[in-house]
Formats: sequence, structure tokens, C-alpha cells
Amino acid sequence: MKSSTSTLAMARAIRKNALQMVHRAKASHIGSALSIADIMAVLYGKVMHHDPFNPLSQTRDRFILSKGHACVAVYATLAETGYISHEDLLTYGQDYSWLMNHISHKVSGVEFSSGSLGHGLPFGVGKALTAKCRRENWITYVLLGDGEMDEGSNWEALMFASHHRLSNLVAVIDCNNLQSLTTVTETLSLEPLAEKLSAFGCDVSEIDGHDHSSLADALMHRCPNKPRAIIARTIKGKGVSFMENQVEWHYKAPTDEQLAIALQELGMKE
Amino acid sequence: MRNAFIEELVSAARNGKNVALVVGDLGYKVIEPFADEFPHLFFNSGIAEQNMMGLAAGMASEGVHVFVYSIANFPTFRCAEQIRNDVDYHGHKVTIVTVGGGLSYGNLGYSHHAIQDYALMRLMPNMLIASPGDSFEARACMRYLIENPRPSYLRLGKSGERELHAGIPHISPGEWLPVIVNMRKSALITTGATLQLANELISKGAIDSHDLYSLPLWGMNEKNIQQKYINQFDQIVTCEDHLLDGGFGSWFLETAAKYNLGANKIQLIGLDSKVCGLVGGQSVLNKDGGLDIESIARVICRQ
Repeated sequence: MKSSTSTLAMARAIRKNALQMVHRAKASHIGSALSIADIMAVLYGKVMHHDPFNPLSQTRDRFILSKGHACVAVYATLAETGYISHEDLLTYGQDYSWLMNHISHKVSGVEFSSGSLGHGLPFGVGKALTAKCRRENWITYVLLGDGEMDEGSNWEALMFASHHRLSNLVAVIDCNNLQSLTTVTETLSLEPLAEKLSAFGCDVSEIDGHDHSSLADALMHRCPNKPRAIIARTIKGKGVSFMENQVEWHYKAPTDEQLAIALQELGMKE
Repeated sequence: MRNAFIEELVSAARNGKNVALVVGDLGYKVIEPFADEFPHLFFNSGIAEQNMMGLAAGMASEGVHVFVYSIANFPTFRCAEQIRNDVDYHGHKVTIVTVGGGLSYGNLGYSHHAIQDYALMRLMPNMLIASPGDSFEARACMRYLIENPRPSYLRLGKSGERELHAGIPHISPGEWLPVIVNMRKSALITTGATLQLANELISKGAIDSHDLYSLPLWGMNEKNIQQKYINQFDQIVTCEDHLLDGGFGSWFLETAAKYNLGANKIQLIGLDSKVCGLVGGQSVLNKDGGLDIESIARVICRQ
């Protein structure tokens, strides 16, 4: 397992590549990608058992991005870990590119295509159920958005996971408190989320979603007979001061100037 | 048909096939033979169809051929996006099974009338529709699907279908099954439980101008195969217990138009939309919708 220093470096690289992809493609959703960069770095850099040279290894841990619009963070992670190349990232968002503007299972290392919210957790439940039935030890991680938790399908999945004691399922909720038009609080308040998840039978942790040590501890913690739910409190647009907590960065792509400023803030060269 | 379905599934599991059955809290007195013998392969998702279909796709992604079972429109319309995005788009081996196609649950009201399902499911590019006409065809469909797992929709009648074949036929996607054939130049082609009605129509002499065929395996990818059949006949009448709009007959019309085979020689028999919202027994509502021997004979003979 890698050290926190290297996961911090990976997170910066994920942010850099995500910004460059979105800028080049004039695409949306950079805010959503920046909020999960630390989660991705810790998952792939420290926690998950995976092998980029054997992406379909039966013993691999499975990762599912349910908030599929944050795909640039995953594509960047896959490039950092060797599933795809950094040259591949240059094709993001182009016509017929397999790196499409939502996460795609056609990319090496990606388990599931998502785009419509509320699909990843039930899918992950199916994987976790199969692992349990086969007595295989791999873990299924599903990364969701907090706005996505409006979808009833997620709660159906949690009820099932809890009922079937899927302790090999870890749901990570990226709680950046922003969704399409305004805050989650003003749209459809989720709170008290921890209590709700606990009432649905999950073993719940609530952490700073940008603290790598807390992330690692929470992601590696297991509870017998219960699925895990991690509320990762994050900042949408984290890492770029003018993008943080701004709804508009769900939609906008940075200009040349804005990209330069963003990379400077990250301490990264273009 | 549903007993044939569960017996074939039990047989598959006994033969070591990597199958599982997920139900949406339905299947009382149907699924027990499988659930009792293979409890580790049986899962009840509860009344939660989106999760039911999503988790089926997840299991299928790990190599399991999952049979998802419910009734009427519950395993289709309720989780249509999961079928479209998670099952069909990914090409996962999930067979969606519904019991009560057509107006089998006529007395239970519109929510339970599966008369728009062909229209929905045939829009999925990778989906194979399996709509057997009797229990022999149901067994044939199951055996085909078990040997060729893929996104598929198995539409079963509720009960009481007569066996209209001599045994379990060999079937192949898009291929017509002969039922009553006397080398006539006109054909009545049906899919699903309306085979019962169509058989009665011809065997009782209500019409004597058409041969009868059944087409139990069809879908978007099976249109091209229809060319040889459409060319063979001067007139083709399609018959289905589904709304006229968007179903089996519409699929045929599209095929004829696509390959320039004379769409005007295709005549559709199906349910008129006036049945929507009516409540009653299956045969009563079928008649209201134009799906009875007298109505069909009148329409065919008028041509």
C-alpha cells in the first residue's frame, strides 16, 4: 500500500488531468470530479486490491462510479494507475471516443457505465451478493453523490444490502451539498443522513472527504454483517478556489486563463 | 406455461448451469420448486423493482444468468431504465420473466394489463423477446435461452394453455414455427398466448384461407430473417394480445417497409386501445378489443 504522501500527489495529478480534460473538451461536471479526487486517490492508491495489468482478475476489488458524470476523476485515476495512458485522456469528449462524458464500461478498469443516477448501488449490490454467495473476499465500492441519494433505488438497494448482510459492500457518498440548481439542503434535504443510513442497517462513518488518513481508515474498516456507508463531507470544486462551492462549475468548462490559474493553485504545471 | 418455466429452470440448475432466480416478491405456488431445492440461488428483492433489475445486472456481470421474475408490467415498465441501461446496453445475461402477458389479469385492472410490453421491450437493441404460445414452446424458449444467455424477455401466459405442438419444438430466433400448414398462400402468424385463439380460429374452420405459424423468438435483430417468410406469402396476418400500436404487428410492418416487401400485404390483428381501462375476464376484454374468433374472421375475410 502506498503512503499518504503518494496519495496526495495522486490526488493532485487527478485534479490536474481532470481539469485539462474538461477544458480541452469544453465539457461539464468539473466541480463534481474535483470533489471526489481525494476519495479516488485513496481508493486506488492505498485501499483497493487491484491490478492494472490484470483488470479482470477475479480477486480484484470492484469500484463503481454511480455519479457517472464525475468520470474525468476516474479516467484520470485509471491513467495514474496504468489502466489507460495519459495520451488516451486527450481523446476525452471527442466524437466516438471511448472516453465519453459519462463513465463507460468500455474503458479498461471500468465495471459499469452510468449516467442516469441511482443505478450504481443496485448494480454493486448484485456484485456483492454474488461474491458473498461464492465466498469470495473481494469488496465492492460504490461512489455516489449526495443529490443522487434522492433516487429511491438507492434506498431499495440499501434495504436489500442490509437484509442480506452484505458486509462486503461499501457505499461512499460524496456529500458536497450542491446539486443542479442549489444546495442539497435547499433542494431536498438529506439530513440527518447518518441516522437514515444507520436506520437502513448500515454501519456508518462520517468523515472529511479530503482527509486521506480519515478516508483510508473509513474505507478499510469492516463491520461484520452490515454494509458500510461512508458520508464523505467534501467541497464541490475542491482544490480550485474560484470553483469551490459554486453551482456554475457543475456546468462550465474553464477557459485557458482559468485553467492556468487552477493549475497554479494546485502547484501543477500544464 | 409458468410451471414449464420453473421446471426448466430447476432442470438447468440441476445440470450445473450458472443460473439464479430473483423475484419481486411474487410467484406464490410457482417458484417454490426452485426456491426449495436451490435456496442459495433464489433471492426475493421485495417490492423494489429498480433494485431487483439493477442487482440482477450486477450478478450477471459476475457471470450468473439471472432470471428476474414478476408479473404483468412490474418487471418491465417499473424498471425500464434499468433494463435499458444496465441490462441491454451492457449485454448482460438477464432474462426478464413476466407472467400474465396480455389481459391475463383482466379483472385486476389497467395496472396489471400487459398490453404495451412488446412495444417497450422491442426497442432494446440487444433484447430477444421470447413469447411462447403453449407450454411446449415455453420449454423450447427456456432451453434456448439457457444455452444462449443474453438480454431477453420471456412473456408467459398465466395458466390453462393447451399444448398445440406434438412435443418440444426446435426454435431459433426469427424462425417461424409451423402449427397448421397446408401450403396456402396466406399465413396467420402469431406470437405469445394468442396462438391458442389463432389455432381455434383455423381448426374450427372460422377461416380456411390461411396457414398458421407461431414466432416465439423475435426482436430488433430478427427483422432481416422475416424477408424469406414475407416473400413466401401473398398475405400475412399478424395476431397478438397487445395493443395494435407498437407491438408484434408493427414490428412486421416495419420489416416489410424496410426491405420493400409490400407492407400492404401485412394485416394486423391486436387489441384496440378501447380496452385500456376496462375491467373483466381475459376472454371478455379480448373480445372488447377485437381479439375473438368472430371479430378476427370478419376482419380477415373482409380482405
